[in-house]
Amino acid sequence: MTEKYNMPDERGHFGPYGGMFVGETLMLPIQELNAAYQQYLKDPEFIAELDADLTHYVGRPSPLYHAERWSRELGGAQIYLKREDLNHTGAHKINNTVGQALLAKRMGKTRIIAETGAGQHGVATATVAARLGLECVIYMGAVDVVRQSLNVYRMKLLGATVVPVESGSKTLKDALNEALRDWVTNVDNTFYIIGTVAGPHPYPAMVRDFQAIIGREAKQQCLNQVGRLPDALVACVGGGSNAIGLFYPFIDDHSVKMIGVEAAGDGVETGRHSAPLCAGRPGVLHGNRTYLMEDDDGEIIETHSISAGLDYPGVGPEHAWLKDTGRAEYVNITDTEALEGFHALTRMEGIIPALESSHAMAYTMKLAPTMKKDEIIIVCLSGRGDKDMQTMAQREGIEL
Amino acid sequence: MSRLAATFEALAKTGRKALIPFITAGDPNPEFTLPLMHAMVEAGVDVIELGVPFSDPMADGPVIQRASERALDYKMSLRRVLAIATEFRKTNQQTPVVLMGYVNPIEAMGYEDFANAAQRAEIDGVLTVDLPPEEAEECVSLLKARDIDPIFLLAPNSTDERIKKMDVAGSGYLYYVSLKGVTGAGHLNVADVEAKLKQIKTNTRLPVAVGFGVKDAQTAKTVASLGDGVVVGSALISKIEANLGDPERAKREIVDLLVAMRQAMDN
Repeated sequence: MTEKYNMPDERGHFGPYGGMFVGETLMLPIQELNAAYQQYLKDPEFIAELDADLTHYVGRPSPLYHAERWSRELGGAQIYLKREDLNHTGAHKINNTVGQALLAKRMGKTRIIAETGAGQHGVATATVAARLGLECVIYMGAVDVVRQSLNVYRMKLLGATVVPVESGSKTLKDALNEALRDWVTNVDNTFYIIGTVAGPHPYPAMVRDFQAIIGREAKQQCLNQVGRLPDALVACVGGGSNAIGLFYPFIDDHSVKMIGVEAAGDGVETGRHSAPLCAGRPGVLHGNRTYLMEDDDGEIIETHSISAGLDYPGVGPEHAWLKDTGRAEYVNITDTEALEGFHALTRMEGIIPALESSHAMAYTMKLAPTMKKDEIIIVCLSGRGDKDMQTMAQREGIEL
Repeated sequence: MSRLAATFEALAKTGRKALIPFITAGDPNPEFTLPLMHAMVEAGVDVIELGVPFSDPMADGPVIQRASERALDYKMSLRRVLAIATEFRKTNQQTPVVLMGYVNPIEAMGYEDFANAAQRAEIDGVLTVDLPPEEAEECVSLLKARDIDPIFLLAPNSTDERIKKMDVAGSGYLYYVSLKGVTGAGHLNVADVEAKLKQIKTNTRLPVAVGFGVKDAQTAKTVASLGDGVVVGSALISKIEANLGDPERAKREIVDLLVAMRQAMDN
């Protein structure tokens, strides 16, 4: 591969993946959204406003932190953490919601909807809606409402209406279904802020572009701090927005390995997991073609992960493409291993990671010792773990 | 001529409109569907839309979502829906059967295998909610090569350009979804439907069936006067849901409603 990476095509295809698999009522709104996005992407005023928000509201750039003690303990590569946990609202999700909210404002939409799994995207959406004075409705699986109750409370404080979704498996995919149903009913005044690199075109490309700030900063910081590019990038993958955000600016740097970490739940061999890239097959869900967890009849099957944010049967179509072309590698980490990653980072560096990010930490613990001491891994610390205190305490039999 | 084209042509000759029920195959159980199809034909329907249940029916409201869940509890699948259609065709050679559902079960089977299986089952049309013409090229050409009509949806916000696109890609009929929203929602506005149908008709030669919001004989009559056919779905499935302990009663109530619609539409 010597050509410059230039995906997706104009209809949103990443090879066979991606696309616009939506009902007729949504065709016009996604075309309008795409046109607006293409226009503002090149609009210096829009870019300036976005940059200002990212600096003064989100708190960017986020640090690239050399986890020296942890690196020494593991005895291999030098580990650098891209600190997306330090963003306003505590995760990378706000990079995207700030961008989409600015777009919503320019398109004259007065109502914002979103789906959320762990609640981080819901909080990040409710946050920008509060700031812009827009009505905000968040769809969240009823199971997730229980296991992420702190974030539900945060969203309500911010003025959002949180709708628990009782259909299907009552998790992230069902929240997405319900948000799409809302959008199709209220397309005239409503902007749907999708939180991950999934959905119909232009969402996978648009969310990637808003999240690519992660990789652009990390690349520059690595060059400044170490004087060269990293050897490997590691990020957790549910829908895959933090991973693509980190990977994208490095795609043409072929010396940099890119590794996405899926949630293996109880273990991929048990069938109780959320690892479509590792153990699924291509199909169509939520407006795009990608790897899915489905049965032989093409019905989507239930996923399992300790982390609500990774509990999704699909994955962004660009990851499907990067997997097939071999540019990125996808591995998986069980619930138990993720907890080891959680504790390790907490105790070694004094940083409590989100359970989603803990999957990336756990894989880093396997990877770093196999690499040389002068090699560099950048790991995306996509979010902080405060929201997971209840889940952790419950899991470890502690009453709060 | 396809069975669908022949049906619409025959109706047009007598100045009548098509009555098109939608039911979810396998709801409330797999044994119920075949006798219900025959009973609906007796009640005077012209085309049957047979819903293929899907785990994530994004375009459907709660009534059809629950119908899908009931069917999936019995492991109803695309293969089994095709088996029901095959049985139906053994004793009914006239009534067109249209499969309606989402694309993923078709992807899982493979487009070509599906097209072959649909041809063997003598399926007349395939309506895939989340497969717009832009993504449908391969599927459409496989279906058309087997004389199966690909049916496309139109919405209140469809532009002239898109209607023309459906006219080229589609055959059999076009299905106008008269409301922005999911199935089973709201009440349709007759003046809006009338205006939109005028626009659609100037951009297509295909018959246009109208659905979403058709709840009773009166709305069926009104809608029939505007288009070439009337689709009724959630109103029928509500009868199944209201009589889960007594499917025979559900069948009687569905037949009664369809007979009333037929009479209202024909008079």
